[in-house]
Amino acid sequence: MTTAAPAAATTILPPRRLIARTLGAPGAVAGSIILAVLVFGAIFAPLLSPFDPNATRVCPRLAAPSFTHFFGCDLFGRDIFSRILYGARLSLAVGLLTVAISLVAGTIFGMVIAFLGGRVDRIGVRLLDVMLGFPAIVLAILIVAVLGVGAFNAALAVGISGIPRIARVIRSATLTLVGREFVESARAVGASQTRILRRHLLPNLLPIVIVLGSLDLGGAILSTATLSFLGLGAQPPTSEWGAMLSAGREFMRYAPWTMIFPGLALFLAVMSVNLVGDRLSHVLDPRASGHG
Amino acid sequence: MAEAPLLAVESLSVAMGVTPVLEDVSFRIAPGETLGLVGESGCGKSVTALSIMRLLPNPPGRIIGGRILFDGTDMLSLDIGALRAIRGDRIGMIFQEPMTSLNPVYTIGDQIGESLIFHRGMNGRTARSETAKLLDLVGIPAARNQLDRYPHELSGGQRQRVMIAIALACRPRLLIADEPTTALDVTVQAQILDLIGRLRHELGMAVLLITHDLGVVAEFCDRVAVMYAGRIVEEAPAAQLFKQPRHRYTEALLHTMPAANPPGRKLPSISGTVPAPADRGEGCIFAPRCGFAIPRCANELPPLTEPPHRLRCWNPA
Ligand SMILES: Nc1ncnc2c1ncn2[C@@H]1O[C@H](COP(=O)(O)OP(=O)(O)O)[C@@H](O)[C@H]1O
Ligand SMILES: [Mg+2]
Repeated sequence: MTTAAPAAATTILPPRRLIARTLGAPGAVAGSIILAVLVFGAIFAPLLSPFDPNATRVCPRLAAPSFTHFFGCDLFGRDIFSRILYGARLSLAVGLLTVAISLVAGTIFGMVIAFLGGRVDRIGVRLLDVMLGFPAIVLAILIVAVLGVGAFNAALAVGISGIPRIARVIRSATLTLVGREFVESARAVGASQTRILRRHLLPNLLPIVIVLGSLDLGGAILSTATLSFLGLGAQPPTSEWGAMLSAGREFMRYAPWTMIFPGLALFLAVMSVNLVGDRLSHVLDPRASGHG
Repeated sequence: MAEAPLLAVESLSVAMGVTPVLEDVSFRIAPGETLGLVGESGCGKSVTALSIMRLLPNPPGRIIGGRILFDGTDMLSLDIGALRAIRGDRIGMIFQEPMTSLNPVYTIGDQIGESLIFHRGMNGRTARSETAKLLDLVGIPAARNQLDRYPHELSGGQRQRVMIAIALACRPRLLIADEPTTALDVTVQAQILDLIGRLRHELGMAVLLITHDLGVVAEFCDRVAVMYAGRIVEEAPAAQLFKQPRHRYTEALLHTMPAANPPGRKLPSISGTVPAPADRGEGCIFAPRCGFAIPRCANELPPLTEPPHRLRCWNPA
């Protein structure tokens, strides 16, 4: 490094340097490779799938893995490999949607209550505390109970249940920023409240937002799969990993592939996302700059 | 003062929560004039500056009395939109901490251009060329190449120059500089003061220079107001104040200046500390620390006399 890292300031890295440094650890490299394979499979699922994921009786019921059906078949004679590929599509899309909901709402909420301060902040914090009193998955189940079951509603529910955690972190990060002199200087040149929020606070919070998002994505994929497993998320015949796991439960003894492959896919997706997320947060964390 | 003042602060009183921090503060600045506001740390200088800009953090800060007239406009009756139109356009402000007064995620070009874009309605291109001119003006060499640098790539002195460029972007009529050199190295301090002094003449603007360092005001200001514990205790043309200080506090402050003492010796300091706002008695607030206090000082608050040499003391030098 030629320039000293700015004291207590946000680390600014150009995207190429950011990627290079993120890939500077073996775990992150492994995670990125697995994630890249999953993303590739998800995007090109229609081309890569040997069978229609929802077509029944393309093979004997509960047939074991073979050269034509790599991962075997389920109770209805559907090709599990094809269903896993389409499931990747759904899981990643739903995961991203979920995280987007938590991040956008949580960031706006946390930033605004901290910025306005006073009574707004006190009431906001009380609200967050109430929401944080429930385990997130319980909160998500409650929300689904209100909204009704379905893949989209599950994403919405998990997204909403993730808001308070994000909002709380963003609130405290904002509190340290609003006391900084550059906010005062912005006021002194006549910037409006919204301009200060948008132009001065938000960009400084962005690294934290990215870190929170990358750390949350794995959990979001797992939580939405959990809801599907419980029958509250994606409904049959949608190929979704959690739902597939749930359907495979009964045959675990004599057709374990109905559970092993969706479970493995879920495990790999969550693990790879977390490996990359951890590393990214390490690289972007101002306190960790200078290491790695 | 024959000329209509650019800024008139009249009997300003400010409280932080329930504690009064400014009491009956009055001063005027004529167009193009430089007033120094001097006093120990904690005496209310920054609160005065922030009150003028209406930037006092509220809560806890509250203006509880007085008037602030800028160019004939009553700042205390303006709505927020009208205030924003004045801030950064007709009144510029620079702060003590150049290290943290710039936003770390924007280039200095962006930050100087910002107020040109929203006060002057310039587009990005014109703002950029104007910004380069401003950087030239504040003495940053090769200005055009510096526009895309980030604050952390600059030294403290350069950052303060950038802050000055931001404050002066719209050619304000009044510049409020709150301890602009306190955080800088001694050599850089002189350069920054020279710069402000030069720009004041070039742009014909008035300056309110806030400092705790009498040495700074001596060579720089037309008039000096001395503040103690939230009140103005003496105000006079700079030369007169230095030649013939009359308030005992001003006198004591002058004795603590390095120039007034033989080099190598430890500087004298005023014994005691500024009383907390809650512990201020009926009389002169400086009385407990004053070597010349007479009985009256403890019981009765001395009034501030009229210009040109204003004074708040029962037993002056
Ligand atoms: N945000 C604040 N909250 C509470 N008290 C404050 C605040 N800002 C300043 N004060 C108080 O107001 C008084 C004057 O402070 P200030 O104007 O900052 O002094 P200085 O002359 O060093 O600039 C001090 O007693 C200080 O404790
Ligand atoms: Mg101050």
